[in-house]
Amino acid sequence: MAASSTNTPSGAKPKNTWTLGSVFVYGTLIILALYYLAPLYVMIVTSLKTLPEIRQGNVFALPDAVNLDAWFKAWATACTGLNCDGLSRGFWNSVIITVPSVIVSIAVASVNGYALANWPYRGANVFFTILIFGAFIPYQLMLYPIVIILRNLGVYGDLVGLIIVHTIFGMPILTLLFRNYFSSLPEELFKAARVDGAGFWGIFFKVMLPMSVPILVVAVILQITGIWNDFLFGIVYARPETYPMTVQLNNIVNSTFGEKEYNVNMAATILTGLVPLTVYFVSGKLFVRGIAAGAVKG
Amino acid sequence: MASATRPNQLLRNMSSKIASIPMALTAIVIFVGCTLWTVAYSFTGSRLLPRWRWVGLDQYDRLWDTDRWIISMQNLAIYGFCMMAFSLFLGFLMAALLDQKIRGENVFRTIFLYPYALSFVVTGLTWQWMLNPSFGLQKVVRDWGWESFTFAPLTNPDWAIYGVLMAGLWQGTGLVMVIMLAGLRGIDEDVWKAARVDGIPAWKTYVYIVIPMMRPIFVTAIVLVATAIIKVFDLIVAQTQGGPGLATEVPAKYVYEMMFRNQNLGQGFAASTMMLCFVLIIIVPWSIYEFGGRRNGR
Repeated sequence: MAASSTNTPSGAKPKNTWTLGSVFVYGTLIILALYYLAPLYVMIVTSLKTLPEIRQGNVFALPDAVNLDAWFKAWATACTGLNCDGLSRGFWNSVIITVPSVIVSIAVASVNGYALANWPYRGANVFFTILIFGAFIPYQLMLYPIVIILRNLGVYGDLVGLIIVHTIFGMPILTLLFRNYFSSLPEELFKAARVDGAGFWGIFFKVMLPMSVPILVVAVILQITGIWNDFLFGIVYARPETYPMTVQLNNIVNSTFGEKEYNVNMAATILTGLVPLTVYFVSGKLFVRGIAAGAVKG
Repeated sequence: MASATRPNQLLRNMSSKIASIPMALTAIVIFVGCTLWTVAYSFTGSRLLPRWRWVGLDQYDRLWDTDRWIISMQNLAIYGFCMMAFSLFLGFLMAALLDQKIRGENVFRTIFLYPYALSFVVTGLTWQWMLNPSFGLQKVVRDWGWESFTFAPLTNPDWAIYGVLMAGLWQGTGLVMVIMLAGLRGIDEDVWKAARVDGIPAWKTYVYIVIPMMRPIFVTAIVLVATAIIKVFDLIVAQTQGGPGLATEVPAKYVYEMMFRNQNLGQGFAASTMMLCFVLIIIVPWSIYEFGGRRNGR
């Protein structure tokens, strides 16, 4: 896989002294890094200021004193429409949506990938090909028919409906991920287990699953960030009481009522980004591996 | 013999088939079924509810007569062209710089990629604030002494889409960088040695040798960026709500609002079918290149 070789640069070897070239390389990298870091810095300092302070200064100015009021307000009392219980509601909704969606989508996709890799049957690859090409169809084409399906199942607007939707749209990439992983395991393992009389599920739970910890971690990272960051499915398939954090954040910041509280808005924005950012910083290379797996098509 | 060991073709490998039901359902019912359903109903006069009343191409006539749709298309074209050009250029530049055996490669990579972990809603709101005319970048530069400095793209209908572009690039270029970096690491060290022996300067080696060798990587990156461009929705909703006026409307937003706000399902279906057409324009040549060429012994 692509990420396994990321430790060994293969480009032109720079000379050891500070040449014009290395000044250019580091200079460009530092300028780019500032462009990437500036918004994060601005978000943090804005969230620590008071409103009068924001109106006096500019976005880069440091706060006079660290003031966490905006954070408390964003979490507990910011208003969306008539609800004034802050982002905490959206946070917990997102947790309630993300946890089961991650588990269900990975469970379903790992079994699918295993069936494709180890127990192929006639026609299996037809489904798989449709699945992979389906990943490129804009969601807008499937939004409304899925509303009808969920309504007929009686789960439209419910948590179960959202879990189904996330499982469906996570399936192409996750099935690909697991299929490729299981195919890369030595075939002798599978054959030995077969000789010992283990069946489909026996081999899956006793042989394959214990060996798939690395790929499971990649899948979990991919799904947590993907589902947490989802906005479209949240507004279409959830009710206002069950809106995920992203939707609620947008409603808080872009509400047209009252005075714009920039510090609260930025605190709320950071709070919403905190979960995927934590996953990103903790997982490091595995996050890269997840997106590289998405990039290397089937 | 065969019939003795295989009593029934259908029952063979039964567990695997049962395990594949979710994948088969997703592929057939959702990706094929729902898509065809939407395409079919785009030829009907459905409004609040889908009704099978055939109106031929009326919805498409109306769609292409609607200013908002035309503007959405123009915006998508501008955003798409710039996003593609800049993200490929910057992504490759960043990857090439990181590939120079530099110090702190991991730090720079982490900085360039972290926005990709954030949602489009967070990205949009952050850049809405960065580009705020009263407090954002414009104010910063004016505070530094350049009093007449004007940089407030989000309030100017002619420039608003470029403000969205800044945010989109900030979020998405890291992905291109990771893909490009994986590609660069796949280039044999001998290529560089040979180029150095022949005294070819580094930039020429990149342009004439390395980039042509990385063609498949570029194709992958182009396909990924293009499908992301067509889907752009939450970024716009969060950053500009399509404004000022109609200046940053995009097709995905048009679809959403026709379907779920304006009770004009037929229009939504027709617009989403157009989106499918754009995806096919990208995907069909790509899959011919990717899968058709292989059969011809490429």
